[in-house]
Amino acid sequence: MARIERQKRIIDFTLSSLLRRKGKNLALIAAYSWIVFLLASVLFITEAIRREAGLVLQDAPEIIVQRLVAGRQESIPVAYGEKIKTITGVRSVKGRLWGYYYDPTNGANYTLVVEEDRLKEAGRVIIGEGVARNVVGESYGTMPFVGYDGAYYFFEVAETLPADSSLVAADLIIVSATDFRALFGIAESLVTDIVVEVRNPREFETIAAKIKAMLPDTRPVLRDEILRTYDTLFDWRGGLIVIILLGSLMAFIIFAWDKATGLSAEEKREIGILKALGWETADVLMIKFWEGATVSLLAFFNGVLLAYAHVFLTESSLFEPVLKGWSVLYPRFALTPYINAYQLWALFFLTVVPYTVATIIPSWRAAIIDPDSVMRT
Amino acid sequence: MIRLHHIRKVFNQGKPSEFTAINGIDLRIDVGKITVLKGPSGSGKTTLLSLIGCMARPTSGRIFLQDREITSLPERFLTTIRRSTFGFMFQQFNLIKGLTVLENVMLPAYPTDSGYSELKHRALHLLETFSLSHKSSAKIEWLSGGEAQRVTIARALVNEPSILIADEPTAHLDTKLSKTFMEIMTRLNQEGTSILIASHDPMVFAHEAIDRIIEMRDGKMVPTGAAA
Amino acid sequence: MRTRKSHLLLVYLTLNLIAFCGMFVQAAHQRSASQAVLQRNRTLVRQLGLTDLCLFTDARYTRHPAMADLHTPFQDYPMSFEHFPSGSLMPPPPHLRSHGAH
Repeated sequence: MARIERQKRIIDFTLSSLLRRKGKNLALIAAYSWIVFLLASVLFITEAIRREAGLVLQDAPEIIVQRLVAGRQESIPVAYGEKIKTITGVRSVKGRLWGYYYDPTNGANYTLVVEEDRLKEAGRVIIGEGVARNVVGESYGTMPFVGYDGAYYFFEVAETLPADSSLVAADLIIVSATDFRALFGIAESLVTDIVVEVRNPREFETIAAKIKAMLPDTRPVLRDEILRTYDTLFDWRGGLIVIILLGSLMAFIIFAWDKATGLSAEEKREIGILKALGWETADVLMIKFWEGATVSLLAFFNGVLLAYAHVFLTESSLFEPVLKGWSVLYPRFALTPYINAYQLWALFFLTVVPYTVATIIPSWRAAIIDPDSVMRT
Repeated sequence: MIRLHHIRKVFNQGKPSEFTAINGIDLRIDVGKITVLKGPSGSGKTTLLSLIGCMARPTSGRIFLQDREITSLPERFLTTIRRSTFGFMFQQFNLIKGLTVLENVMLPAYPTDSGYSELKHRALHLLETFSLSHKSSAKIEWLSGGEAQRVTIARALVNEPSILIADEPTAHLDTKLSKTFMEIMTRLNQEGTSILIASHDPMVFAHEAIDRIIEMRDGKMVPTGAAA
Repeated sequence: MRTRKSHLLLVYLTLNLIAFCGMFVQAAHQRSASQAVLQRNRTLVRQLGLTDLCLFTDARYTRHPAMADLHTPFQDYPMSFEHFPSGSLMPPPPHLRSHGAH
């Protein structure tokens, strides 16, 4: 108990001494919290997207075969599918019809997908939540489309996908195969790409290699690659933002370093007084420890908690311009909160520890000054 | 009782700026007295005070405090002895700005093991003794010179020391306040506290309550002044 | 007299710590609450053969990064806003930017 009481007294002193320069120290904590907030927000967003992608896309197609012509993806003949089917180990082959449609009146890009099980009937569409929210509005009606030949098509909105599917389907428009071919002028013998299902997951790579050998103008994309794309993409995007932040981070570090390490003459005198009054070197260092710990702990907690609220409760509203980019259709960033405890530990060790150490070290020399220095001045 | 045995204190030893502050002092100070170290500035009074108060170690010689040799003790023990045996008043008041009067008075007791409420009670009681109760939550920088002086006395007494050490206590006080200060010292002495003052102010060394004057010059005691 | 400053700080830090733990609890709660949605989205992904999350609809390669030729030098047009570092330094010219701006 006595030991705790002693620490509490030292904290009392530390706080009184911090409050003496109230404005300066509050500004410091605010700037520090802001940095932690930005870093933590980026960590939260990228981690949540990565984990969400990892979970949701587990059921993505195993192998997708694209056809490349002169370095660009082109429609692939249905006949290619028949050939792939002959490879042993292939369970099923299915042609996909999908593509993009640019809506000039709204400036939005839609993803048009054909799903025969869901929508066979021509003249009708099922739209994603983002399309409904941003373009069509709440009222159902018809949507106009301009075909490849300039002809107008009016499709009736049959259904809207549920709002919580936004993260995978915000910009989707499901159309019938007939309408899709008519709209884009794609012949019956062609599909966009081919989805291949394989019996044994361990054979993905072998079968991909066989497809590539059999049909040299194709490119098989494996599901693992898709997931890996997300890992690298969001590590990368997160990294980019961190690099941009690095400038302000450096500025802050210089400021904090100067603030934490520079012992003013007055502080030195105070340490002398405390020593003369019977404080031990360890007690003096403890003051400095608590000074650094208080500032950095407050900043860490404020920053992380605010970032959590920002990302998961307000859907990253501050980052909206960045996240939206040039998109007209953008999903709600209502991400499921995945917190990487390891990342938070890292953030903790990168914020609290260096700052506290930077506060203690320079005071070491002041703390070991002789107590009689006060008498001599 | 404090005994000093062949004490020498040299600053910056071995450097061109080497300077002998105390040059061979043998002295015995009895308890329960008011003793004044008298001498011009630079005579070694302050250095001697800091040696007696366990703030610094002599270059050579030995100091005994109640028959205990303290010169060879490690720093931690010296600090503990300093805290429990001595109360200090400095030439500059050396109060800490930004803290309240009460906090300043409690400061020397922070590293001790006494309970908070007991400590606070003690500090408030001291402030009451020096009629400073109404100022207990005031900031140091709002005090008048006399009030600040009384706060330093309260601070020196908070650990209930048996010896009070004051270095030029009246240097920043006017005649009236100096008089009050000596009255307080007299009272404390009557209550049993030994008092050791370094001063060249006649208000102090000519005061009737003084038991003994030790005159110093150039780091040595002046023999004629040694008589009480 | 006033409350001790150390108590205020310790209380504040404790509250922060509780909020910090609360953050993990809330996250776990949200995650289990969104299990149903997750399952539904997985079904949708399987049924429609989707390959990507719908996060950025700016361009083909941001909408479907998994399907894009990430290493083709010019993806849609030379000055497109893309995710290679050069794209964040060199915006499209103004007359192109006004088109499709929101």
